[in-house]
Formats: sequence, structure tokens, C-alpha cells
Amino acid sequence: MTPAAAVTVHRWNRASIVTMTALGLLVLVLAFGPAIFGATLTDRMTTLFAYVILAAMWNALAGYAGLVSVGQQAFFGLGAYAAVKLSHGGVEVYLALVLAPLIVGVLSLPLSSFALRLRGGEFAIGMWVFAELMHLLVNLDGLVQGETGTSLIALSSFGPDARRAFNYWVALAVMLALVAAVFFLLRSRTGAAIQAIRDSEEAAASIGVRVMATKRLIFVLAATGCAAAGAITLSTLTTFQPKTYFSVQWTAYMIFMTLVGGLGTFEGPIVGAVIFFIVETVFGAQGVWYLIGLGAAALLFSLFLPRGIWGVLTDRFGIALLPVGYRLRFADATKRTES
Amino acid sequence: MWFDQILQGVLLGGYYALLACGLSFMFGVMRIVNLAHGSIAVLSAFVVLSIAEAFHISPFLALVVALPIMAAAGWLLQVTILERSLRSGSLTPLLSTFGLAVVLDNAMFQKFGANTHSLDIGDLAFASWNVTPDIAIGQLALLTFVVAVALLGGLQLFLSRTPLGRAIRATSEDPDTAELVGIDSRRAYAAAAAIAIATVAIAGTFLAMRATFDPYTGPTQLIFAFEAVVIGGTGSLWGTLIGGIALGVAQNIGSQISPQGFLIAGHAVFFVVLAARFFIAGRDPRTLIRALRRAPA
Amino acid sequence: MSLLDVAALDARYGLLQAVRGVTLALGEGEILALVGANGAGKTTLLRSIAGAHRITSGTIAFDGVDVTAMPANRRVAMGIALVPEGRRLFGGMTVEENLKVAGRVRRPGRWNVDAVLDAFPVLRDNYKRRSGDLSGGQQQATAIGRALMTNPRVLLLDEVSLGLSPVAVGMVYESLQTVIASGATIVLVEQDLGRALRIATHVACMLEGNIVLEGRASELTREAVTQAYFGLRRADGGRAS
Repeated sequence: MTPAAAVTVHRWNRASIVTMTALGLLVLVLAFGPAIFGATLTDRMTTLFAYVILAAMWNALAGYAGLVSVGQQAFFGLGAYAAVKLSHGGVEVYLALVLAPLIVGVLSLPLSSFALRLRGGEFAIGMWVFAELMHLLVNLDGLVQGETGTSLIALSSFGPDARRAFNYWVALAVMLALVAAVFFLLRSRTGAAIQAIRDSEEAAASIGVRVMATKRLIFVLAATGCAAAGAITLSTLTTFQPKTYFSVQWTAYMIFMTLVGGLGTFEGPIVGAVIFFIVETVFGAQGVWYLIGLGAAALLFSLFLPRGIWGVLTDRFGIALLPVGYRLRFADATKRTES
Repeated sequence: MWFDQILQGVLLGGYYALLACGLSFMFGVMRIVNLAHGSIAVLSAFVVLSIAEAFHISPFLALVVALPIMAAAGWLLQVTILERSLRSGSLTPLLSTFGLAVVLDNAMFQKFGANTHSLDIGDLAFASWNVTPDIAIGQLALLTFVVAVALLGGLQLFLSRTPLGRAIRATSEDPDTAELVGIDSRRAYAAAAAIAIATVAIAGTFLAMRATFDPYTGPTQLIFAFEAVVIGGTGSLWGTLIGGIALGVAQNIGSQISPQGFLIAGHAVFFVVLAARFFIAGRDPRTLIRALRRAPA
Repeated sequence: MSLLDVAALDARYGLLQAVRGVTLALGEGEILALVGANGAGKTTLLRSIAGAHRITSGTIAFDGVDVTAMPANRRVAMGIALVPEGRRLFGGMTVEENLKVAGRVRRPGRWNVDAVLDAFPVLRDNYKRRSGDLSGGQQQATAIGRALMTNPRVLLLDEVSLGLSPVAVGMVYESLQTVIASGATIVLVEQDLGRALRIATHVACMLEGNIVLEGRASELTREAVTQAYFGLRRADGGRAS
């Protein structure tokens, strides 16, 4: 028997098929959320969806493109701002909430050719300076009136229950779309390129991976996603105060969720978002100690568990619920590698 | 009027250079961008403030007491956090120092509360020399500038002339080979971190003398320091002075245009310098020189 | 009693078992030429002795002290100095700084800046130049001088002629004669077999991580060494493969 014949390539295994079916059912249940959950829980779930988006986007940047950004709040804020502007300009409010992230995504394209030339720490703080600059410029808008802010008045044309349900469905749909985008990006040819870049940029370039184009794709996706999370947050808060939206705290949350869940794994950030959501619900009232805890967790995970909780689980038990990589099954079924 | 703005901008740049000194040094030696830099400056300010108040001594004397404490903290920072994070790749130090900044900011808030503080330096805060009837130079601003130049120059001399400075440079170039000529590279890095954080303590003291500060002042200071470092060219200590001055001048001129112009102009100069660097780097320098020659004299 | 004792040393290089159970002893004043084909494990062995390479098992004793767990910088302080393959100078520093940075942990001995400049006259003219700007031969001279500045009791030289012009190799070896004349103990890895055998008192030949032949240079024929080099003869005189 030749070695080639002894190996078969699998993307799906029984666990991942079961998982996908379970996920499908979960989504179906979630779709009826506003009817099942009470008012408070529906609102909280909307927030959770925004967290999942933020974590997945920051992970795509740092975990797959090797870009640590401390300035993703720029897009978060711009997404909310664009939604306010569109709605103020007469666009139907929910259409505005969906269009805003797309506009921010398009605007991030020219920025990417600049930002992606920055390296390591330069990129990290450079993006932060960009966020500060955007914050200051948005403050200059007469509609926003500096830190006074404004609100998404058009939302008040809906009753509280309808608004809550719409917010929820928009957030759920946008989250599913963005997480699916990351999923299919990682499964595509580009996905293989992305993993190659993460391992070694020079090596990836030498085997013909278009490093810049791939990084740009992720940068724009992450910008769009963070803007979407900003728009979703705006829909739940209804008020737009630049200080709240352009706060570096959002990036701190993203880093916490991704590091705790598992940097560079597909499922990790989602797990991290759920953990953050629970931690916030339980300890959020502790104020400053809660924030110290978040910072300490990020610090400790980066030092001692760089692949996060999910990374530990997959390493120990060899589970992979979602078929992002390929697995080679050897005829003797003892060795397995994943790409 | 404009001359005065530029002069005050240059003096302000001295403060930024002082603030950026430790960030620049740490990046130059260890290739670490310390995202907790601003928070450590504020922490130093609180340490100096606490010492000055507890013993009823002048802030300058309190700084002398605080320096070895902060140097020890820098040593500790290196051996507990930075050394480990450097081993797991170039991105990990960003994550761990960011986490540290969040911890420090909020821990200081827990300890010292939301109130703003400042160091009492008596008349020095207001005293100035009148150069002309219209132009005055603040004594504290000038002192800050002089301290910045002395510190940057001192670090430069330290690195080039002293045995420890040479050992640090050798370790920075190639830690494995440094070991082979008898240098304990871990100790060299720890010494460098101790020096860097000691300079941050000096910067933090001047921060607290020239303005009020609170537990969440750190991130803004980090951004200013980082802008000074990048504008002046990363890894060059004298460049940091130039960068600080460019930032200070831009901010002061911007503030003349609009109230928000102070910050906007500073960030704008930062991005313009970065863009110019890419523009020049993207081109063959010879073409650029030829283009300059062709330009009418 | 020997100065350097290596016993049953195993070391990996990546996935490769680069050094397999090597045992060797080096006496004071001996000059051991370590020869062998590319990939035979010579460099890994040398770096393991210097503490620059983590070994998997075995012991290294120097002057009767077990240094197996000692970091490289402390072995330097005890008197082990390696001139690494590829020279590895601090390219941004001048020749002077390269020498002085090594002299920082100087043990007592005859080597200081003046002695190094006397042994390597070429360094005198380039003393204030950035070492990264020097020619290959000048860089190699700096690298050897840098190691001498620590006043080693054993000097480990890894491929000092690699990538140098014949003239530069001649210059480096001429200066090495001065070092040898000073009574130095040396382990030398050298591709140029003839040159190695001319200055060595002892020879060890490595093949696939093992020492397959060793003895006094005067007692080994060139032919025997060449055969061992290519794996045509085993030290135990056993089968040829």
C-alpha cells in the first residue's frame, strides 16, 4: 500500500456534524428569542451578540492576521455615528443600522493600505491614535455637539416591545452573518493563506500567498464587524455619546474575551464572549474590582495560557466542533494532524 | 504671537521627550512597546505624591526617594512579565502590558479615588522669566526641557561609554551571543528595564508638577509619548527629543486654530510623518535625490 | 587530570539527534581538531560545551566542576569561550566595543586590549570602526579577539575560515599561531582538514553524531582520518559501511 492511499482527508467528522445540527437547532430557538425570553433577557442577549461579534473580529485580526489593534473602538464608534447620521439624513432607522457598518467597512479600505504598513506595537498604538482622532473629529459635528452627544430619535417611532424584538433580530442576524463570514473565510483558500501568514509572513510570501491582500480582507472585515457591534449597541442604548463609544474599554473587552476564550481558535472567542457576558452579569456591579479582574485575567492568560480555555480543551481532548481545518486520517487511525 | 506659540511648543516638547524617554529606551533595547508606560508614569506620580505628603518633603526630594523604588519595580516588571511574554512571540508583550495597564489604572482608582491631584511645588509652578514684554518663559517648563535633554544625553552616554551600557547594547543586538562573551542577558535586560522605569518616574513627577492628574491619565500620556517616539524615528533617543518638540509645536499651533485643535493637530502630525516615511521608503532614494536636484533652486 | 570532560553527551538539533553519546577528554595545552562532514554534529557539540545549546543528557565537567546546568555566561566566567560559527559580532558596535564588552567579565590572564591588538595587528587600524562594516577576515579576527578578552582556559573555535578569502584565512591562522604559542587549550572545528591537522595535537573525527576516530595527531595518518571522515572506517575498527 502506498502512503498516499493510506491517508484520507476529512473536513467533517461525527462531532462536527452533530455540532452543526445542534447549532442549527440553537439558531432556530434563538430566532424565537423575543417570544421566549423576558424583556430584560432579550436586551441582554442583544448585548451578548454584540460581544460575540467584537470577540470574533478582534480574534480574526490578532489570532489570524497577527495584527494586535488597541484602536478597534474607532470602528465601533464610527459604526454608531454613521447610523445616527444616516437616520438623521432620513434613512429608515433599521436600514441605517445595517448600512452604517457597510459604509465604515468601505471607508476602512483606504485606511488599510496605510495601517497595514505599521508593524507590531506601531500598528497597535497607531490604531489607538486613529481612534482618538476619529473621536475628536466626530465631536466637531454640529449634530453630535461635542461630548453632549445625540440620540437615535427615529427608534421612538417603534413601541418598546417591537423595538426590543427588532434590535434582537438585527443583532442575531448580523452576528450570524459575521461569524459565518469568518468561518467561510477560514475554510476557503484564503483561510489556508491566513494560517500560513500567522505561522510566518516571509514563508507565506515565498510560497505565493498574497500577504497584503489577505491581511486587508481581514482588516476590512474586522472594521465592518466592530462597526456593526457599535450600531447594535446604539440600538439598545439609543443615545450616542462619543466618549462612551470611542472608549478604549471596548478594545479591553475584546482582548479579554479573545485571550480567555482562545486566541487563534475559531470557537474560542465565542466561548470568551459568553464567559465575559456571564462575568459582567455577575460581577459588573463590583465596579473597579471587576475591571481590575478583567485586566489581570488578560495579563495572566497572555502569559500562562496563550491559547485560552478553548485552546487547552482542544489540545487536551482533541475536539474540534466546527470543521475549520482539514484533518488527515491515516489508515492506522492513530495519527492526526490539522491544518 | 506665532513666535511665542512656537517657543512654548518647543518647551512643551521637552516634556513629551521626557515622557517618551523610557518608552523609547525600552523599545530600542528590548523591542517592547510597553502599553503600560503611561500608567506607570501616573503610578510614579502617585508614589512621589504619597512620599512627599507622608514625610512633608519637597517633591524633588520625594523623587529621589522614589527613584530606587521605581527602578526596582522596573526590574520586577522585566523578570515577572516582560521576560516571559517576550519568549512567546513579539505580540504577547503588547497583550500583557495592555492587561497590566488596565490593572494599574483601576487599582490606582481604587486606592486614590477619582479626584485629581497635583504636586505642590510652590512658586515654581507660576514663576517665569520675561524675555521680552510679550514673551515669557516658565521656569518649570524650562527646567523640564533641561531635564529631558540631560536625561536623553545621559542615557546616550551611558549606553556608549559605560560597561553596563555596552552590555545592554550587546544583549539588545544578540542575547545569545552576549551570553557567550560572559554577559548575563537576563540581568542586562532587567537592568535596562529598571533604568527605563526610573526615567518614567522622573517623567511622572514632572507630569504631576506641571498639571493635575488622576488615575486614568495614563493612556493619554502613553499616546503622547508614543507619538513623540514615532515622529522622531523609533529607537533613536535624540530623535525622541525632535519628535517631542514637533508634537509640542504642532499642538500649540493647533490650539490657536480651534479649542479641539490642540489634540487634533498633534495626531495629524503623527499621521503625516508616518505617511511621509512610507512615501519615502516606497521609493528609490536615488530617484528622490534626482527629483530634488531637478527642482528649481 | 583533564581540563574538560564530556561524558555520554546527547543533543538534538531540531528533530535530528545531532550528538549521540559523545565522550571526550581534553587536557591543558592540547589542541583538538574536531573534524567531520557537514551535519556530523561538530557545531552542536561545540555549542553544547559552551552552554549555547541545550543538551538532552550527559554531563560536561570543566576543571573538575560539573557545568552541565550552568548558563553560558557563567561558563565564560569559568574559562570556556566560544567563537561561534558565522562570527556573530555585535555589528552595530565598534571593534573596541566588541572587545571591551567581552572584557567586562575578564578573568585574570595575559589577554587584554593591547595583547589582542598585538596578536591581530589588522584590528589596530580598524579599532574605531563599526564591526558590521569590516571585511570577513577582519570580522573573524574581532570575533577571536573578543573571545580572548575573557581570558579563556579553553577556546572553542567554530569554522573560523568559513566564507573567508584564502588571504584572510592565512591572516587568521597566522594570528592563531600567536594564540597557540601562548599555551592556549583549543578545540577547533575546521573544514580544511590539512590546516586543522597541521596545528592540532589531537584529532577527533565525528560521523552522524558519534566520535568514530580519535587520537594524537602525530599517530594518525591522513588517510585514516579521511576514511573516518567519510564513514569508511569505525573507531572500533569494525565494519566499513
